[in-house]
Amino acid sequence: MIYMKNELISITTKPKVLPTTSRLTAADRWDHFLVRIGHKRGEHRVAPGLYALGNPSPESPVFVTGNYTLSFDALRSSLAGMDAYILVLDTRGINVWCAAGKATFSTDEIVLRVYQTRLQEVVSHRRLILPQLGAPGVAAHVVKKRAGFRVEYGPVRAADLPEYLKTGKATAEMRRVRFSLGDRMILLPVEVRNYLLRMLVAAVILYFLGGWTGALAAVACVLAGAALFPILLPWLPTPNFSTKGFLLGGLVALPFAWLGFRGHPDWAWWQQAAQALEFLLGMPAVTAFVALNFTGASTFTSRTGVRREMFAYIPVMALTFASGAILAIVFAFVR
Amino acid sequence: MLNAYLENTLIYNAELCSGCGVCVMVCPHAVFEMNGRKAVLSRPQACMECGACRLNCIAGAISVESGVGCATAMIHAALRGRKEATCECS
Repeated sequence: MIYMKNELISITTKPKVLPTTSRLTAADRWDHFLVRIGHKRGEHRVAPGLYALGNPSPESPVFVTGNYTLSFDALRSSLAGMDAYILVLDTRGINVWCAAGKATFSTDEIVLRVYQTRLQEVVSHRRLILPQLGAPGVAAHVVKKRAGFRVEYGPVRAADLPEYLKTGKATAEMRRVRFSLGDRMILLPVEVRNYLLRMLVAAVILYFLGGWTGALAAVACVLAGAALFPILLPWLPTPNFSTKGFLLGGLVALPFAWLGFRGHPDWAWWQQAAQALEFLLGMPAVTAFVALNFTGASTFTSRTGVRREMFAYIPVMALTFASGAILAIVFAFVR
Repeated sequence: MLNAYLENTLIYNAELCSGCGVCVMVCPHAVFEMNGRKAVLSRPQACMECGACRLNCIAGAISVESGVGCATAMIHAALRGRKEATCECS
């Protein structure tokens, strides 16, 4: 038998622990900016593994997070002045909550990562502190059984960790997910970016069909759904995203409808009415559709609810949009 | 007017509850609260079906069809003829 020298070395070496700090550099902040404008989504990753923050001892706590720079940075910057270990799971560059939803932040991944980093040799205790939002992917009692570590669910937000560590308890407020104006505003660049290309194509088509008014209408109804809707979400009446979107789109369509009547005094009344109707039918449908698609970015919609509103309102959107589009095409040729 | 969010698939069997309180801890919308030695449903309509409580309930007292409450994911799944919608944001 051949003597495997390398194998012996790999067994006797110490577990690999990577260094990190709680300080965010200018490069980190630039990376966060790129994340927020949606530049190279999914590529803002940290190498999975075990990290040492400060000078941790075997008694230091172990925090678990995903390998998305925003998640990792939120955690380490919240632990300023502390000595701790951070176990970074491979969530494929996705935040903890979404990763838990698609089971990459999971029981299996934690167990695998604990054994791979040989965490049991690094720390003397058997406790892992997880963000609360990791829970949809993790069964705490199964981690205990398979890896020997007790899972403790910390607060939702990393910023609450110092308070949590001091009192040993997360308050009811720390356990709640909110969707504040700031939370919604920070999503706007990515939301607008998602629709930018389609919006511009529609604007060019409508320019040839209805001039600048048409092009502007396309931009207005998409931006109403992608930018105005997230801002106004809690204040728009009715409980569904679609109906909120229809109302907002209707409001945005009003000046265009008015232009239909007033903008062409030389037209017959029925031509004016037709153009007003094009905007009133077509624009709210688009805004409502974009609004409905914001459900995934929100923090509170259930699958059952979203499915119900899709079945109820997507046919209405399709019907009104098609009617508006047909009117626009027919009258573009009549004129 | 339809309120699509009044109903969801969350079912809780209080008889099986062992009173560990993990559901209260993991729920991001305060759907459960402790009442003495048992968990009770305090805001069932706020459930977003994330499934955290079901997965962490050792007593198996909770059932919920968890999934992504995302129209984009469901539309993509429907267009590609897939049954199960998974969120595709990266």
